[in-house]
Amino acid sequence: MSEIFGIPTQALFGQLLIGLINGSFYALLSLGLAVIFGMLNIINFTHGAQYMMGAFCAYFLLNKLGLGYWWALLLAPVIVGATGIVIERLMLARLYQLDHLYGLLLTFGLALVIQGLFRNEFGSSGLPYNIPKALEGGRNLGFMFLPNYRAWVVVASLVVCLATWFVIEKTRLGAYLRAATENPALVQAFGINVPRMITLTYGFGVGLAALAGVMAAPIYQVNPLMGADLIIVVFAVVVIGGMGSIMGSIVTGFALGVIEGLTKVFYPEASNTVIFIIMAIVLLVRPQGLFGQR
Amino acid sequence: MPEAADGALLAVRDLHAWYGESHVLHGAGFEVRQGEVVTLLGRNGAGKTTTLKSIMGMVGRRAGEIRFDGRDLVGLPSNRIARLGVAFCPEERGIFASLSVGENLLLPPQVREGGLGVAEIFELFPNLRERLSSQGTKLSGGEQQMLAIGRILRTGARLLLLDEPTEGLAPVIVQQIGAIIAKLKSRGFTILLVEQNFRFAATVADRHYVMEHGRVVDMIANDELQANVDKLHDYLGV
Repeated sequence: MSEIFGIPTQALFGQLLIGLINGSFYALLSLGLAVIFGMLNIINFTHGAQYMMGAFCAYFLLNKLGLGYWWALLLAPVIVGATGIVIERLMLARLYQLDHLYGLLLTFGLALVIQGLFRNEFGSSGLPYNIPKALEGGRNLGFMFLPNYRAWVVVASLVVCLATWFVIEKTRLGAYLRAATENPALVQAFGINVPRMITLTYGFGVGLAALAGVMAAPIYQVNPLMGADLIIVVFAVVVIGGMGSIMGSIVTGFALGVIEGLTKVFYPEASNTVIFIIMAIVLLVRPQGLFGQR
Repeated sequence: MPEAADGALLAVRDLHAWYGESHVLHGAGFEVRQGEVVTLLGRNGAGKTTTLKSIMGMVGRRAGEIRFDGRDLVGLPSNRIARLGVAFCPEERGIFASLSVGENLLLPPQVREGGLGVAEIFELFPNLRERLSSQGTKLSGGEQQMLAIGRILRTGARLLLLDEPTEGLAPVIVQQIGAIIAKLKSRGFTILLVEQNFRFAATVADRHYVMEHGRVVDMIANDELQANVDKLHDYLGV
């Protein structure tokens, strides 16, 4: 059997894999956006730039300090997350009393500034970043060839997403987060330092973006604009899943990656627009998103 | 002014508070002694809830003096105030919809020794035990109120600020809450209670302060309440 619905299986599974890879990044990024929106009430448009900073951080760690991929996986989220904490303390913290729009405008402006600075410095042609030795090569599954690195990205993203979901939905720390999302003043009156929790939440969400950036570096190269293209799709994913829903952003991220991949096989002309078509339909039928409440 | 050293756990003097531009408290002053149950009575808008929120550090701006156990609370953020042993049960109860009953109950962290154990809380509020995994807001109004009170008993707080715990509840539930307040008093809790219903307040409190226009205008000991019913009716506009 080498064809399904008249499509060669190699092509079908190949696109399915690309869909899963894209879905991994959609899920990681929209998860970070959902966590940030839940706690800070801010739509973090800087997210794509922070994803790009994660990739650049990996590049610098390798080329300036000789620290490879595995170190970057650990350090880049911490470093970029720390820059997020500075942004939150200096700027975002002043906006919580105001309308969503102000946070959106500020983070959008920041994204343009950050991307502009990187572009000025490094051009837009992209810098190479190699797949780590341990994940080179691939295996033949019989029906398709599976590169090891891509399998790793899908599995690692899934594990990080589910671990984040578990912490938020099933632990005591998560209960503080959920409660503070509903009524921060009361949670603080119980003795929790809510402003610090908000700061750390932003740092964590930004760290997730940077982690995605490190994982993307060997696949897409390191490019100042790598986040700008991706983030538009990720926002569509967030709208479809429902703003602020944790499981919603994970499931929607992977599902839309796969749908996009399959569209490339069956109707390639629509592959760039299918997510936005779904977004439009969801907005018409269920404006709060598939997993959103209210 | 009497000295706070005569056993007042909480001494409020010349308290002013603002929500944004609006000046809500205009120099309120009163005391609560260790182990007492004291109510703040007054009409809607007299500043009772704002007084509780000011003690807890939940209003925009405060001035004056709020002395708890010798420390001035004005200027401290609410999380620090909670850590000193003050706990707040809001009028709207503040049960979290995204948390189960059990998570709601265990949410407030323990701030010091001497709080009730979970088993003791279930003894006071047996209904909660069966509903632990329900969503917090699926409980009835009375059960939500019990959860809201129950969860601040675990923390070891010594001063409980209860904002209209009987509001909107059936008479039989109001009676239960009265009995629970009496039990808490016997266990040594100090309670500052905001009430509209002075008949209920009379069954639980040692003293009553009457508030009007952001000030405390009168103090009535509970055993003088009967003699002052007419005056109270005037104050409360009953």
